[in-house]
Amino acid sequence: MEEVKLLGWWVSPFSRRVELALKLKGVGYEYIEQDLAHKSQLLLEYNPVHKKVPVLVHNGKTMAESLVILEYIDETWPNNPILPRNPYDKAMARFWAQFIEEKEEERGKLVEEASQCFITLEGELKGNKFFGGEEIGMVDIAANFIGYWLGVVQEVSGMELVTRDKFPVLCKWMDEFVEHSVVKETLPPRDELHAEFEARLGAPSWKY
Amino acid sequence: MAEVVLLDFWGSPFGMRARIALAEKGVKYEYKEEHLLTGKKTPLLLETNPVHKKIPVLIHNGKPISESLVIVQYIEDAWSDTAPLLPADPYGRSQARFWADFVDKKIYDQGKKIWANKAGEVQEAGKKELMESLKLLEGELGEKPFFGGETIGYVDVALVPFYTWFYSFETIGNFSIEAECPKLIEWVKRCLERESVSKSLVDPEKVYVDLILVLKKMYGYE
Repeated sequence: MEEVKLLGWWVSPFSRRVELALKLKGVGYEYIEQDLAHKSQLLLEYNPVHKKVPVLVHNGKTMAESLVILEYIDETWPNNPILPRNPYDKAMARFWAQFIEEKEEERGKLVEEASQCFITLEGELKGNKFFGGEEIGMVDIAANFIGYWLGVVQEVSGMELVTRDKFPVLCKWMDEFVEHSVVKETLPPRDELHAEFEARLGAPSWKY
Repeated sequence: MAEVVLLDFWGSPFGMRARIALAEKGVKYEYKEEHLLTGKKTPLLLETNPVHKKIPVLIHNGKPISESLVIVQYIEDAWSDTAPLLPADPYGRSQARFWADFVDKKIYDQGKKIWANKAGEVQEAGKKELMESLKLLEGELGEKPFFGGETIGYVDVALVPFYTWFYSFETIGNFSIEAECPKLIEWVKRCLERESVSKSLVDPEKVYVDLILVLKKMYGYE
């Protein structure tokens, strides 16, 4: 019998990415909530290098780094693929997922840079429903922060990065994303997330 | 345009990754140098990598791919019938991707703290962090001849090009990487026995004189 466990944190979009992929493929898993302010022995044992979530455990084997885990999930459960099959399209998906990941890390930086990123991403949608085309793909999953969390951050911080008049195409994608039946299941409740961010954005260095 | 073109810069460890992967697969390609030290980027670079405007860029049948590890994985997928760089099993692949990602997250930035600064707090922090990262990698290598096992693989390709910058780190930082990570240096020497690596890597002293010292002057890191 397959044994899949996921160490995650309800606030973190990174561990939600993994949940999204597992749910899209109909893979059952045991979710083990972590408290990153008080790291458990389990987390330190399973991810000694980075000591972060998400960590996926499959039949006793542990894996870390959300994008690495997404590729593992796609290769292990090939139904409902999240990566394209042909090498060039696959490379493009990996490029954009990495682009988003890098922008995530520069989160603390300038609003202008973020806006430029959103402009570029709008171009990448190319009139499609999702970055993956008609269905959700790896890039949509990687962009989950933008799809949902960003809205909450904007409300809490009063910063307006993505507005419907400035980015109509991206907002349409955001609508589609949060309405998607499987994505809905992985989104933390908006009011709880709001409260959590309010508490954290008050702190001098906000990092999860 | 040739079927396979690589836009690159001679001293870039990221470019060297692509060179090694192409050589491992026996792919003939046209190498085009971007003269980054002149501060000018060619129209071809700006056109094929408008997002980052950086090398390496691989152009295969006119279609560009950028980001060195994305390029290496593309080379692996497009020429899948020879010299696999990743193992067949998904778990083995996830481990290789994890460690290559680790190299990407740590080595360049930690090394930069050393070469781009004068002796002091930042440089010392860089030395400490770099040695921690290299020791972790050395531990991951263990008793295997290569990270990929019996032959070179994805992690070897990701890491070995940084060896060409070690001499610069050591000279500027006044320390010895070999003294603390002898097994890692033995691994480097094994990699250099392969033609794909020895032909792709450049002379570390040339990197120091013609690249690092030039960059330090250009950016005022002195």
